[in-house]
Amino acid sequence: MTAVLPSRPVERPTGGRLIDQFEYGLDAPICLTWELTYACNLSCVHCLSSSGRRDPDELSTAEAKALIDEFERMKIFYVNIGGGEPTVRPDFWELLDYAVDHHVGVKFSTNGFRITPERAATLAATDYVDVQISLDGATAEVNDAVRGQGTYDAAMKALANLQAAGMKDFKISVVCTRHNIGQLDEFKAIADRFGAQLRLTRLRPSGRGADVWGELHPFPDQQRELYDWLVAHGEGVLTGDSFFHLSAYAAEDGTPGLPGLNLCGAGRVVCLVDPVGDVYACPFAIHDRFKAGNVRSVTAPADSRVIDFDTVWKHSELFTELRSPQSGGACTSCSAYDSCRGGCMAAKFFVGMPLDGPDPECVKGHGSAGLAAAGERPASSQDHSHTGTVRNAPVPLTLLTARPGAVPAATARPDKACEESPLAGFSPGR
Amino acid sequence: MRGVLIDAPLVTDSAAGSQPAAEGVTIPRDEVPFDPSVPWRKSPSVALRPEPFGALVYHFGNRKLSFLKSMPLVAVVKALQDHPDVPSTLRACEVPPAQHAAYVTALATLARSQMIQRRTEEST
Repeated sequence: MTAVLPSRPVERPTGGRLIDQFEYGLDAPICLTWELTYACNLSCVHCLSSSGRRDPDELSTAEAKALIDEFERMKIFYVNIGGGEPTVRPDFWELLDYAVDHHVGVKFSTNGFRITPERAATLAATDYVDVQISLDGATAEVNDAVRGQGTYDAAMKALANLQAAGMKDFKISVVCTRHNIGQLDEFKAIADRFGAQLRLTRLRPSGRGADVWGELHPFPDQQRELYDWLVAHGEGVLTGDSFFHLSAYAAEDGTPGLPGLNLCGAGRVVCLVDPVGDVYACPFAIHDRFKAGNVRSVTAPADSRVIDFDTVWKHSELFTELRSPQSGGACTSCSAYDSCRGGCMAAKFFVGMPLDGPDPECVKGHGSAGLAAAGERPASSQDHSHTGTVRNAPVPLTLLTARPGAVPAATARPDKACEESPLAGFSPGR
Repeated sequence: MRGVLIDAPLVTDSAAGSQPAAEGVTIPRDEVPFDPSVPWRKSPSVALRPEPFGALVYHFGNRKLSFLKSMPLVAVVKALQDHPDVPSTLRACEVPPAQHAAYVTALATLARSQMIQRRTEEST
């Protein structure tokens, strides 16, 4: 990494802008995503963690509670829980209660299948818990093509259950694709109908997303449409600050720009803990290249299962490096560099572009040249995707031809169960 | 500022002449103006986390997140509880008189987001 991002001595400035302070890191993250399990009942085509099957080495209930204790000690007041589908963990609700009891607020992301009226009532009665239902199309046609058959209806049912239970401030979380950018007003209408808050985030070429990104990421004119829509709606629509690459438009034409942190927070104010306790720089960077360490202590005896996240956060080599001043590389001379800061590290990495060059979706158009010149895409370092057929597997709207020579994902899946299972086609005599 | 990745509303102080990182706290029109002449305190729902440049402020009730961008401001927020008003707090914390106005502005921002609150007889 040092070769790509030359480091200079770390010397934190005094005073100045908050964003400059953030570049040097915080004593604990302000946005920690914790993926509880790789198990998922769905197989969304763009899953950034390539989830599907549980990993046998996932943190135990006791370890998960010890990690929550650590969050409390570090004054991490709030975590985002995801997966996989976190609610498939049998101890999910127990861990949720444990976190809340230990002053660690939780927002969890779910596909909604398990948000029954009873669960919705419990959630509505719990302080410090927030729910986010994933929805990637304002219509079943668009949504189910990405998330799987029946997932639109399941999300709608979950939203209705939350509303009926009196839950406030729950979120509808949308990953923006070229198929749903035209539906932004419809998403807003759905959110308003359920008394929910709309949250839009950027599609990253991470995990299985790498295979479909070329087919799903918004077209350049759609990026502009999205930016204008976000500027117009300002307050009330959340983005997780994920569109900071679009703030280059503001530098270009004097529009007010997007509120939020226009900075890559990876390893500085943000990180991810995965189901087996590996700590990555950000939720979109699940790859060995961005792995800082593991929450299972390396100094304690191997089988003691002592949790030590604090050391990884404060002292890991990777995070120390990410908190050092970094070169803008090819972007330094660009007039918009102060606004976009070169864009998203994970997006560049997973499409094979240099980390100190432009974002693949650079609004100044520098991304396309970079993409054309991109090296080989990095191989994934983990894949928990389902290997067999999945009941409600998504059927993409278009053929997926993400990269030359790649097997289109739509045909990579066996189209007949018999190709995978020795028992396929076998039915006990009736 | 609408959210720092966690989608939590972020409020920033502008103490000691530094520029706020971003705007974004919506101030209701019927807001009562900040009154420095009454007793104040850090809200009991608020936790401070020390940071190298000051502190992170988190409100468990409204889930707002803020940052105090200087150590002296952290000291002032903590000391509010022990003094009858803002000017006496600032004097006790040895804030130079020329900076008092900036501190009052910062405290007003914190009051709007309920990070600090008026101390009443019952709460003292």
